[in-house]
Amino acid sequence: MSKKIFLFFMAYVIASILAFFFLLPLWWMISTSLKTNEQIFIFPPSWYPDPVKFSNYSEALNKIDFFRYFRNTLYITVMTLIGVFFSAPLAAYSFSRLNWKGRDFWFFTILSTMMLPPQVTMIPLYMVFSRISWVDSFKPLYIRFYFGPPYFIFLLRQYFMTIPTSFDDAAYIDGCSPYRIYWSILLPLVKPALITVAIFVFLNTWNDFINPLLYLHSPNLYTLAIALQVFKGQYEVDWSYLMAISTLMTIPVLIVFFFLQRYFIRGIVLSGIKG
Amino acid sequence: MSSFRKVQAIAGIVCAFPSILGFFFFVLGPAIASAYFSFTRYTVIEPPEFIGFENYKALISEDLFRVSFYNTIYLTSLGVLSTIVTSLVLALLLNQKLRGISIYRTIFFVPSITPLVANAVIWTLFLNGKYGLINYVLSWFGIKGPAWLADPRWAKPALIIMGLWGIGQSIVIYLAGLQGIPLELYEAAEVDGAGIIAKFKYITWPLLSPTTFFILITSTIAHFQMFVQPYVMTQGGPADATMTYVYLLYNKAFGWFKMGEACAMAWMLFILVIVLTLLQFYFSKKWVHYEIS
Repeated sequence: MSKKIFLFFMAYVIASILAFFFLLPLWWMISTSLKTNEQIFIFPPSWYPDPVKFSNYSEALNKIDFFRYFRNTLYITVMTLIGVFFSAPLAAYSFSRLNWKGRDFWFFTILSTMMLPPQVTMIPLYMVFSRISWVDSFKPLYIRFYFGPPYFIFLLRQYFMTIPTSFDDAAYIDGCSPYRIYWSILLPLVKPALITVAIFVFLNTWNDFINPLLYLHSPNLYTLAIALQVFKGQYEVDWSYLMAISTLMTIPVLIVFFFLQRYFIRGIVLSGIKG
Repeated sequence: MSSFRKVQAIAGIVCAFPSILGFFFFVLGPAIASAYFSFTRYTVIEPPEFIGFENYKALISEDLFRVSFYNTIYLTSLGVLSTIVTSLVLALLLNQKLRGISIYRTIFFVPSITPLVANAVIWTLFLNGKYGLINYVLSWFGIKGPAWLADPRWAKPALIIMGLWGIGQSIVIYLAGLQGIPLELYEAAEVDGAGIIAKFKYITWPLLSPTTFFILITSTIAHFQMFVQPYVMTQGGPADATMTYVYLLYNKAFGWFKMGEACAMAWMLFILVIVLTLLQFYFSKKWVHYEIS
């Protein structure tokens, strides 16, 4: 028994040491964002800001139009979300509960496109968007999501499969149309999965770098990710400003995470276990 | 009844229609176009000119292409290996019935969702040779840390270490896998006198093999796509040490307007991913066990 207690103790110690290292970069981001420049360029580094220089934030916000980039990123997120909510559950419904010829063929075709590296389609898509003058607008960043993004179709289909078909059958007997069943019965039932999808959309948009880099050229259209990168190029040594902006950019993600943690975990597990 | 079937069949096609359209517009069409471009000399200014396999031949004999390929294989193999080992160890730790486990889980998970560009900014300072925290921590143990991102030999290991910081999702997937293993198996093994190592070897590892396999595939694909870190942190340097495949592809297309070569690179990447995945599936028969009874 004492061996077991010892192992428990060791597990704690190791977990705590590793947790320390996992927290360090985030702590470093926050503490650097509050330091004076003299404090940043010293060795050994100081663990916490002293004095605490909150004005780094207001100074950084004067240099970079943070709220504009925040709005841009949010706008793309919302437009993406509308597209995903329109097309993905509808397709997932069709692929999981409606019988039609060629259904499985199309499901696996669409599913298999997840294997295709995005770089394969990147250049021709860019040409097309450039020809219709969509480059330097938000449209190329979200339009694809109105046409069935495979990953979300897959995720939602997995969820639809867990709902007993007796729900549909009963409604059919009562004379409901398939559309009515989808809208009034099934969609409310998959709400938890929709929240998971919404979280993933939010995270992806907040994280996306290469697409905004390709399509958004005017500074007033930048997303937070692009703005931070440009800012890094301009203020390479102003670490406190860079960290202040990084912190501000990370906070929304943390807020969403802490409020919706269980949907996060479930979504990852859902895509992991059954994939 | 047959009219009911008809209604369902029509509804099925109607509901899937946007997605089928999406397949043609956003996948099949562009993929065919890029396959065609890969056989052309295409600089955007002039129309594409068919040159057969010239792009592919030129790429294979190009030094920068080879370097980027080597770098990507290096980053992928070591990155995937260290991801699997570390996330499994952490998941095993978290799977002990420790108090406050959810706090640890949160701590390990959060870095995997923080924006990659912000991470890149943090780690650029973190890995700084002069006043970075990593070298300071190393100095506690009497180790003089390298210049990391500024040193061609240490830039790739630096990116791999940074990658370890973001393995939270693999940990969560492993944890779910661990919780799916019936406890009776361990109890039975203990009755038979099995120790920790035997239990891991004969129960945990085999029963987790589908999870490991999933992480292996997804993590390999993700590593092949590495772009943000070199773009933001090193611009592919020093001395092309972090020139990744996708970063080179991006430069070819949008920096140097060699669209044909870039498309050829994209198709080679696709073929490589397919071959690797098929190989992993083939070998998985030897070590992945799907039956749980």
